[in-house]
Amino acid sequence: MADVMLLSRIQFAANISFHILFPAISIAMCWMLFYFRVRFHISKHPVWMRIYRFWVKVFALTFAMGVVSGITMSFQFGTNWPGFMATVGNIAGPLLAYEIMTAFFLEATFLGVMLFGINRVPPWLHTLSTFIVAVGTSLSAFWILALNSWMHTPTGFEMRDGVAYAVDWFEIIFNPSFPYRLGHMLLASGLTICFLIAGISAYRILRGDNKKAPNLALKTAIFLAAILTPLQVVMGDMHGLNTFEHQPQKVAAMEGVWETTNGAPLLLFAVPDEEQRTNHLEIAIPKMASVILTHDPDGQIRGLNEFEGKHPPVKPVFYGFRIMVGLGMLMLFSSWLASFFLWRKGALAPWMLKFFVGMTFSGWIATLAGWYVTEIGRQPYLVSGILTTADAVTDIAPENVGVSLAMYLSLYAFLLFAYIKTLFYMARKSVEIEEYDAAEYTPARTITLAEASQ
Amino acid sequence: MILDHQLPIIFAGLMAFSVLVYAILDGYDLGVGLLLPMDNQQQRDKMIASIGPFWDANETWLVLAVGLMLVAFPSAHSIILKALYLPTAILLIGLIIRGVSFDFRAKVIAHKKDRWDKLFKLGSFIAAAAQGYMLGMFVMGFEVSLESVAFSLLSAAGVAMAYALIGACWLIMKTEGELQIRSVKWAKNAGKVCLVGILAVCIINPLINSFVFERWTQPPLAYLIALVPILCFAFFVIGYFTLQKLPLKDDAGCWLPFVLCTAIFTFSFLGLAFSFYPFVVPGELNIWQAASAPESLRVILYGALIVIPCIFAYTLFSYRVFWGKVRDLEYH
Repeated sequence: MADVMLLSRIQFAANISFHILFPAISIAMCWMLFYFRVRFHISKHPVWMRIYRFWVKVFALTFAMGVVSGITMSFQFGTNWPGFMATVGNIAGPLLAYEIMTAFFLEATFLGVMLFGINRVPPWLHTLSTFIVAVGTSLSAFWILALNSWMHTPTGFEMRDGVAYAVDWFEIIFNPSFPYRLGHMLLASGLTICFLIAGISAYRILRGDNKKAPNLALKTAIFLAAILTPLQVVMGDMHGLNTFEHQPQKVAAMEGVWETTNGAPLLLFAVPDEEQRTNHLEIAIPKMASVILTHDPDGQIRGLNEFEGKHPPVKPVFYGFRIMVGLGMLMLFSSWLASFFLWRKGALAPWMLKFFVGMTFSGWIATLAGWYVTEIGRQPYLVSGILTTADAVTDIAPENVGVSLAMYLSLYAFLLFAYIKTLFYMARKSVEIEEYDAAEYTPARTITLAEASQ
Repeated sequence: MILDHQLPIIFAGLMAFSVLVYAILDGYDLGVGLLLPMDNQQQRDKMIASIGPFWDANETWLVLAVGLMLVAFPSAHSIILKALYLPTAILLIGLIIRGVSFDFRAKVIAHKKDRWDKLFKLGSFIAAAAQGYMLGMFVMGFEVSLESVAFSLLSAAGVAMAYALIGACWLIMKTEGELQIRSVKWAKNAGKVCLVGILAVCIINPLINSFVFERWTQPPLAYLIALVPILCFAFFVIGYFTLQKLPLKDDAGCWLPFVLCTAIFTFSFLGLAFSFYPFVVPGELNIWQAASAPESLRVILYGALIVIPCIFAYTLFSYRVFWGKVRDLEYH
């Protein structure tokens, strides 16, 4: 049993980690594409169409990866975690059903029009389709995060004979952690694409692409990142306070607090030791954790020892949190610094461009680290206080899970490699092509080539 | 007012409907993938362009069908998918390979395109065959024995062939010239195999499942339901003669094979549904035993009544936008 549980957990983690990479891009990317389209409608300048046409290709590839990796999820609930639906199916079921019915069909159908219909529908309808796809992807995030948040902070239900029944759907959907988690994830998606667009554009510029499109895309992405990062810091803080209220054991693991402390220090680094229930090699700022979480230097933080046997494994939560926050800080400083240079000098120095190439997938790492913190932080529960992960797992033979896991892992490794390689290949290819081509004028035949090149 | 005990029937109907729509819609795009000719890149481009705007939404019907089973009949979802654990994993791998190949092929260096096309074909085959295998196992009551595996492998080949048939019919409708003539040929070959396959299932299914035999032979319902195989056979005959004549002048009747094939799919599916209703797990679990709490089903149903017509409306809109013969690959 233990083996099936471990393998099933690894498999679910692998599937959902691989999956979230792509929605993390496509949710915000579609709004960005809509923005490019709108700028094009307003300015009639072909550069916006050029940017749109480059990034819509990335979007199409990303969306396809997201769709196919997402299908596996709907199967695994039944195959590997039958206890989940058996216990909370009455809550999870409708939320999943609404996601499929209101979001999946909407985005998939209008994606067809968006990707293939540009010459078949009028420009306004094409822009509207882009908008609808963006609404669809965000709606999808809405439903699935409602369910995920409910698993962290379940409300609006009652238990009868060990099975959850819905009492108040409004309370179920708008459960205490939902607004913060949704905001945090949407902003994370925004930051992921900012650094993706900035990274790929910087790569093009370094490769000698001095056309207008990559420079403008870089500028747009960096300015947006400079706006979104502080918002994310505030949102992350609010999310943390909410977790502190509802899941204190998770925050204790994030902060590495073993004993309940008044005026707990903020650990910049430490090595948590679960055997001896203490930390080694601490580098700390005194009282700072209490200031952040309780807004009082002597505020109380409940320690892990209060929750012995019912708190998550400390190390992954503790380190995951530091990776996420560390990357967030790096994003904050780099986007502000780059915005300053772009504002004063209009361009970035090569070393900064290289730095942004290095940051291309930083959003992915931060997003994954954040999800690990929150999901591992919920352990040993699958649904807080209602269902433990161990009670939900399947009874199929571990060998079968081993085989499927091996297949998924090798496929995912291959696809991730192909995806990243293709992105950079597309960037290199676009270095050599002309500034604009005829297709960028077609939707709005009001501008001539001569005007555009001015 | 809908009574509690009617809800499982409604949801079984919705689920069956989604499976059928999935088999038809994703059937034709999986079929197109199966038929990709490795000797002609231009034709491959055309074929893939013909399914480009649709495949993603088509696949969503599978998510809906599986999702409905998950939310309305969670214990059946768990029993069926646990019994079919590895075939399910293989199906998913096939769908993943196919879905991403579709996008990679358009973006990579030209000489690598062939490789992604091969993967596209392979993924389509894996997905189609895995579905056929799962259907075979379902009919055999998930029993693991030499006969049931043999039957399921046959069913895997049969479903792959059925998808090839509907894919070829789709291409007859959406293409012209040489590719259309080629598609007619494909449809003829696939059609013959399909007919044999359907006849085989018609004979084997009642022989192994005694309750199926009883149901199909008990009057008065049996007289009515006998229409299903008869009509199905009639469609094959009409289809056969149509394919002999196609393509006609001005492309008249190019839509007929696809419509006939859709009818064949529908009737074959009705036949199966009639055989097993009200069981979700043959002989083991019926829809009332497997259903979720009525209050939750009700919440989903109210949403479905509003949303599903909308899904139909914009699906029609999308088919209207891309109406007519496929043009050159006009990606993005």
